[in-house]
Amino acid sequence: MKSRYLVRRIGMFFAVIIVAATLNFAIPRLAPGDPIGAVLEVLISRGQAVDGVESIIASYRERFGLNDPIATQYLRYITNSLTLDLGYSVTFFPQKVEDTLMDALPWTIGLLAVSTLIAFGLGTFLGALVAWPRAPRALQGLVPLLMPLSAVPYYLLALILIYVLAFTLKIFPLGGAYTPATKAEVSVGYVLDIINHAVLPALSIVLAQVGFWALGMRGTMVTVVGEDYLALAEAKGLSNRRIFFSYAMRNALLPQVTSLAIALGGVVSGSVLVEVVFNYPGIGWLLYNALQSSDYFVVQGVSFFLVLSVALAVLIVDLVYPRLDPRISR
Amino acid sequence: MLKHRIRSILKYAIHNPKLVTGVCLLLGLVLIGAVGPWFVDSEKARPISVPTNKQPSAQYPLGTDSGGRDVLSVMVVATPQTLRMGIMAGLVGVLIGTSLGLISAYYGGLADTLISGVTDTMLTIPPLAVLLVVAASFRALNIEMMALIIASLSWMNSTRALRAQVLSLKELPYIHMSRLSGLSDIRIIAEEILPNILPLAAAHFVGAVSGAILAGIGLEVLGLGPQDTPTLGMTIYWAMLYSALIRGMWWWWMPPILVLIVLFIGLFLISTALDEFANPRLRKAQ
Repeated sequence: MKSRYLVRRIGMFFAVIIVAATLNFAIPRLAPGDPIGAVLEVLISRGQAVDGVESIIASYRERFGLNDPIATQYLRYITNSLTLDLGYSVTFFPQKVEDTLMDALPWTIGLLAVSTLIAFGLGTFLGALVAWPRAPRALQGLVPLLMPLSAVPYYLLALILIYVLAFTLKIFPLGGAYTPATKAEVSVGYVLDIINHAVLPALSIVLAQVGFWALGMRGTMVTVVGEDYLALAEAKGLSNRRIFFSYAMRNALLPQVTSLAIALGGVVSGSVLVEVVFNYPGIGWLLYNALQSSDYFVVQGVSFFLVLSVALAVLIVDLVYPRLDPRISR
Repeated sequence: MLKHRIRSILKYAIHNPKLVTGVCLLLGLVLIGAVGPWFVDSEKARPISVPTNKQPSAQYPLGTDSGGRDVLSVMVVATPQTLRMGIMAGLVGVLIGTSLGLISAYYGGLADTLISGVTDTMLTIPPLAVLLVVAASFRALNIEMMALIIASLSWMNSTRALRAQVLSLKELPYIHMSRLSGLSDIRIIAEEILPNILPLAAAHFVGAVSGAILAGIGLEVLGLGPQDTPTLGMTIYWAMLYSALIRGMWWWWMPPILVLIVLFIGLFLISTALDEFANPRLRKAQ
């Protein structure tokens, strides 16, 4: 039933989003202290609201509807979250949280999408080769060395890469996404500058991920290798390359796509920290600054956004999956 | 019978280089915390207890940081704290996961629908996203609170894996047999099923410890860890805040990173070895 599968997956997506928004709503209310009071303290420490704190708190409570019954507040919070109305940033006051997020987003998506695709492709291919009996011996010794790296968080590798390649050897810049003084324009120099700044962060994500994908692919490839249809393909006289790609890898790939959906959460949070290490102006860097300046609504916004992006990615994978494995949608 | 079984497990373990290497790496780290305090003054891990920014020397083997801490003392105090947090969180997480997986698979029906639904939903939510909001709301987290919160977000993988395992176990003839012979559900679970899922639960325990440390370190690197106890992640946070990297103070940021890399690789090796034990098909890949 194609449509039932679709409805189920889309329902799942909204369930995840609502659970995330509910947690965002409930956790600060469970914590000791008044969220508005905490935000006001920050404003006061900046000298933005010194007189009549009491009346300001009262008017803020009115403004944010904190005097309404809790159910009304909850419903409004969920509606606002679903329509991506995430409130105001305290640090850049008149600016909305969602606008701040949108400024940072292209950097994160660019870095993350490219490095994850490279790591997924490379890791899957290497993992398949390791389990393939006719692969070169040297490779089968090399790849297991990469696998333990998958257990090491990206940002720890990133710090070592910065120290060796940027600080000591001065091959790549220490951080940032572009040279500060350059003008944002569409030119070869500017694009090269951006790529030059992205190499190290991307490399640290790829290095740490390749082993993970290789490990997963090896695991499923092993179960495919003994199958009869491979022997039949060989008996038919198909070329080795064709058997490897179209018969063995094609079938071992499915669980790999599933784990892509599951692993994305870890990938996104891991890269948040890579951005902090590299001062890369994406979501992670925004989060780090928000934490430093107690900009609570931005922290909440980033958290909601992380969930939203992962849920969206999972939904896309789920919708593509039936094309890869027709058994699913039946 | 039991003796024989334990002996065969030990024999398998000793001949598994991954397991031996992993256990040795972890034992080394445990030793840092166990034996270290005899040789190093752990009082020097407190801020402004020693001169700042000193290079490694005979007096300070790993130098001192900008906050006036002896880096070696910090390592001796912080390593066991990080391990303790991971083990606590991993234990609680796997206990929750194993119980939910068992209940969900063994009883099926409404319990299964409910537990599987919640598990699938929670699996999609990156733990860091929830941890961030928790840590930012409840400032001043201590190690135990961090462990509990992380555990409440890391039971889903073990629930899923153990549910699948129990589902296939449940259909084996000997379980049908024990049910027909009138054993109670509790006894079937405790005596017939539990012993068979222990290797898988153990593999997931190691994975959960690793995941918990990963999440904890992530929070600490963002500056959301405990402020009063030195931990490995907070050391990296301070080192980054004071730009230790571009000031060439390698003795400050390198030790916590190396300890963490050894820790994660050790846990990884043990968990793959246990995985191969619990799932013999993987052994073919060697």
